[in-house]
Amino acid sequence: MANVANAPRQKVVISTRVDKVSTGARVTSSVRAAIAVIVALIMLIPVAWMAMTAFKTRPDAVAVPPKVFFEPSFEGFVSLLTSRRQLTNDEIAVYQQRTDLGWADQIALIRGQAITGPSAFPRQLLNSLIISGVSTVFSVGFGVLSAYAFSRFPVPGKDDLLFFILSQRMLPPVVVTIPIFLMYRQVGLHDTHIGMVLLYTAFNLSFSVWLLKGFIDEIPREYEEAAMVDGYTRLQAFRRIVLPQATTGIAATTVFSLIFSWNEYAFALMLTSDAARTAPPSIPLVLGTGGIEWAAIAAGSLAFLIPVVIITFLLRKHLLRGVTFGAIRKG
Amino acid sequence: MSDVRLENISKRFGDTLALEGISLHIHDDEFFVLLGPTGAGKTTTLRVIAGLEKQDDGHVYLDDRLMDGAQPADRDVAFVFQQYSLYPNMSVYDNLAFPLRSPLRRLPEGEIRQRVTGAAEKLRITHLLERKTARLSGGEMQRVSIGRAIVRQPRIFLMDEPLSNLDAKLRESLRVELKHLQKTQGSTTLFVTHDQIEALTMADRIAVLDQGKIIQNGTPFDIYDRPATTFVAQMVGTPRINLIAAEWQDGAYRTPGAALSFARQNGAAAEKVLVGVRPEDVRPGAGDFRGEVMLVEPLGVETILHIRTGEITLLCVVSGLSSIQLGEVLSFGFAVERLHFFDMNGRRL
Ligand SMILES: Nc1ncnc2c1ncn2[C@@H]1O[C@H](COP(=O)(O)OP(=O)(O)OP(=O)(O)O)[C@@H](O)[C@H]1O
Ligand SMILES: [Mg+2]
Repeated sequence: MANVANAPRQKVVISTRVDKVSTGARVTSSVRAAIAVIVALIMLIPVAWMAMTAFKTRPDAVAVPPKVFFEPSFEGFVSLLTSRRQLTNDEIAVYQQRTDLGWADQIALIRGQAITGPSAFPRQLLNSLIISGVSTVFSVGFGVLSAYAFSRFPVPGKDDLLFFILSQRMLPPVVVTIPIFLMYRQVGLHDTHIGMVLLYTAFNLSFSVWLLKGFIDEIPREYEEAAMVDGYTRLQAFRRIVLPQATTGIAATTVFSLIFSWNEYAFALMLTSDAARTAPPSIPLVLGTGGIEWAAIAAGSLAFLIPVVIITFLLRKHLLRGVTFGAIRKG
Repeated sequence: MSDVRLENISKRFGDTLALEGISLHIHDDEFFVLLGPTGAGKTTTLRVIAGLEKQDDGHVYLDDRLMDGAQPADRDVAFVFQQYSLYPNMSVYDNLAFPLRSPLRRLPEGEIRQRVTGAAEKLRITHLLERKTARLSGGEMQRVSIGRAIVRQPRIFLMDEPLSNLDAKLRESLRVELKHLQKTQGSTTLFVTHDQIEALTMADRIAVLDQGKIIQNGTPFDIYDRPATTFVAQMVGTPRINLIAAEWQDGAYRTPGAALSFARQNGAAAEKVLVGVRPEDVRPGAGDFRGEVMLVEPLGVETILHIRTGEITLLCVVSGLSSIQLGEVLSFGFAVERLHFFDMNGRRL
């Protein structure tokens, strides 16, 4: 070894320098990492299976025994993203002669179908994005403001109010779907983006107020007070000092709100039908002509999964600190 | 010109009366110290002046302008907090520049740089400017907090025990620096401490606070030489003042348990009194009384002797290293003109 001279006299368990760590500790940590990888892999099997199914042809998707190795196909995606018409045998013959067909048309033709236009799914995915995105922005935005107020000001009836806010979360959505359905029909919010944004915002707000209040309570008041004495208004101090300090909490709340409204099924099923229909109630309904289109459903689920993965990945640094709720180091 | 006046300030938190009729007048260029034990209401006083806490009663005047409803930002004071309050995730430079970048001031960056480096040089933290504040030691953090106050010229510096979290050596050197800074800058300062040495060494004037009330207000000499109550007398001076209960008997105040007697002085007319004797006013070697040395604590510059006479143990300070031995029986007297007489409620007679 090159730097025996400045190596420690005793073996250490944790070091940033690999050559200083004892073999025992190294083995233990390798074993732990291996176990973690194995558990992660087991957890990922259904997801991997879904991803594989998305690329299978119809016969491959339902083959018994299940096929692990297969020839990938975009059939599922074509079924998901287009609406098609069954061709007669004569038409098939005509179509097979044509040379102007795109690759998607050719895939459809294998099953004797012609593409008539795009399906509703891309729009539903867009609806999901808009509704969950906007409602998350609102619930986190209002959540930060009210959490700050609850944390810092002597709000009259604070405890009762906080409990009331929390109680909004206690009813399962299904219980209130019917009344809300009736109300929304009356006021014309049924099947509208605004209606869904309103609903999801209200639903997430209770959670985000509570979560964020915990984070803001952890930020010492002295920071804002110092800023206020230094010539800033409370609002400026809030923006310059409190918000940057609360990023961890904001990130965690954002992801939780987003996942809730992204995945929400019961309300969406009842309260949307067409214009504002989101992805979750639509995916199981991707039925082709005859039989369940497993490949298309898998493709839809895959497309549905990706935005959440991206957001979570982008915010992972904040989330890792966020899951230790309230255990933030005080500056 | 800056001048801070508190008139009859009272502040209540639920059931605790934190401040009770506080009146103070801090003059231009003055180093004013608020001295008091924990929970006395020192921090609350500062917060009321800064506008971070609204008083229930009374008025705050800054430069003769009534400030009762003013926002903290508009009061133009600088606050050094008791706990560290440096903005985390900002470099030391940005922390120091923060007050100067306030929308109220809008200084050009060039001038900000000049002022920040100036303050950093005064506090000898120039080498830290680029660091994040989370990685500073306690002493460095406290310098930066002080720096954040001195980058501008506020009406008054409010300093809430800025030295209390530091080790003794650092505290001593920062104490000297602060005092020097205040004198060279000619800045008005209200400095809070519970450390009597800090108060005596730094103050132009001291107000002693206890349980939300000002007990005494005066120069360090007044506070030390003419304490208004036994509380003040015990608060300042190390080792502590000797308080001896005595009764009027046969033309002198005599102690029940020991053979000590004190001549009556300037108007002390009560039956029973508490006599205060500062340890340096106990003079061993010559005098009318005899006692046994129970403990000798040599400190180098001075030596503390514990002298037992009857049922009373007196503390006595002599300068230098003393040759007096443990167990020695010696005679001693008092500096008669420097005795303090208090009534049994602790008020000066
Ligand atoms: N926000 C508050 N809510 C309730 N009580 C308070 C609050 N702030 C201060 N007090 C009470 O007011 C009294 C004075 O407190 P203050 O902080 O002014 O004392 P202090 O002299 O600064 O003490 P220390 O030397 O410990 O800092 C204490 O009894 C304290 O418990
Ligand atoms: Mg205090």
